[in-house]
Amino acid sequence: MDQYINTPLTMDKVKGLQAGDYVYITGTIYTARDAAHQRMYQAMEEGKEIPFDLKDSILYYLGPTPAREGQVIGSAGPTTSSRMDKYTPLLLDNGLKGMIGKGKRSKEVVESMVKNKAVYFAAVGGAGALLSKKIKASKVIAYDDLGTEAIRELYVEDFPVIVVIDSKGNNLYEIVLQSS
Amino acid sequence: MRNLHTDEIIKNIKEMCIEANYKLASDVEERVRGAYDQEATALGKQILGQLAENLDIASEDSIPICQDTGMAIIFIKLGQDVHIEGMDLEDAVNEGIRQGYEEGYLRKSVVGDPLIRINTKDNTPGIIHYEIVAGDRVEITVAPKGFGSENMSRVYMLKPSDGVEGVKRAVLETVKLAGPNACPPIVVGVGIGGSFEKCAVLSKKALTRSMDTSSPIEHIRELEDELLLEINQLGIGPGGFGGKVTALGVNIETYPTHIAGLPVAINICCHVNRHVSRVL
Ligand code: SF4
Repeated sequence: MDQYINTPLTMDKVKGLQAGDYVYITGTIYTARDAAHQRMYQAMEEGKEIPFDLKDSILYYLGPTPAREGQVIGSAGPTTSSRMDKYTPLLLDNGLKGMIGKGKRSKEVVESMVKNKAVYFAAVGGAGALLSKKIKASKVIAYDDLGTEAIRELYVEDFPVIVVIDSKGNNLYEIVLQSS
Repeated sequence: MRNLHTDEIIKNIKEMCIEANYKLASDVEERVRGAYDQEATALGKQILGQLAENLDIASEDSIPICQDTGMAIIFIKLGQDVHIEGMDLEDAVNEGIRQGYEEGYLRKSVVGDPLIRINTKDNTPGIIHYEIVAGDRVEITVAPKGFGSENMSRVYMLKPSDGVEGVKRAVLETVKLAGPNACPPIVVGVGIGGSFEKCAVLSKKALTRSMDTSSPIEHIRELEDELLLEINQLGIGPGGFGGKVTALGVNIETYPTHIAGLPVAINICCHVNRHVSRVL
């Protein structure tokens, strides 16, 4: 089913999303990949603040190419999510509701998603030029020294993603392999 | 003896790094676009349509095809009658990469020490494979490689008794494990024979060979065809969301090996299989 949603990703919206749904997201989302996750995780373990409010937020696993003059952002497709698995349950326990990436997730992440009612979306890997067109604003809000791995606040319009794992734990990647 | 100045090498490597990241080689592009008609699922078709559109946007609006503009893998076939003048060849190659990734607005994705992990901020060093060949030309291939798919690649040290069935099992197992992580539809490079490191280099080299060509060895050519067919029955499909088109091609390179061994390397590449070659 095609669905259009706006951020924040509140519980009622999460419950309406099912594995296999094609979803267009509009609103503010945040980027973080390996190094930013490691830093946020460390900060949280030490009881420190992290750079944005996790409640009902969506994280996009992205490290873009540099923008040219006049462009909002460079190529901006998803990176492989499993590298973030180690850090994800703690973020979910603290209010993160949606993640955009590509590829499989660990059992621990899926369990934490079911417990916390969260959604895992995939964007199309290797379509970074196309996806960059759906990003209307981008600014680095933390960890500038990490370069492409800094945390960015993005404003996206009709950003196309597919629900891979829903809040009940249904997994599109597994469903399609069983049916083939 | 022919003289070749490193300024030429720097300029060409720079241009090739940029070209590779904005426009796919024709064999890859044709297969990405052609996959739409072969795909049966609606979602698979939608994804393949987006990949085709992505290629249009990349070249029209000068945005790299993928944000992972890769680690620069460079193959150099150095004619033994060429004299390189100017600077060290290795420094020249890295200077070309540095300039290409900077001027081409490409992502700097290399860390210096693999454990301390500080970004080198200019995407160097590249990985250079040299081969000394006859003649007075230098053939350079630049193949920027993304790590979503690189991470799903494997080496198997099979036994001679495992034979061709063992090779097939290894390839299919690797593709299955890669699943959605490697950004399917994928291109599969396979190296068979040699030693532990030789088969790995062969598998990378296989990815730089045009999919319009087949192996010149008949039974290997058949194996390429059979593997492609079997991979496309796994059901992984575009993006891993299910479907028929899991791989665009399988290229195999072989080398003699030891009486006791059958090394096999499978280098997985996504549909953004970038490679540009020039002869200087
Ligand atoms: S695997 Fe390929 S298509 Fe996917 S993100 Fe990496 S470079 Fe891009």
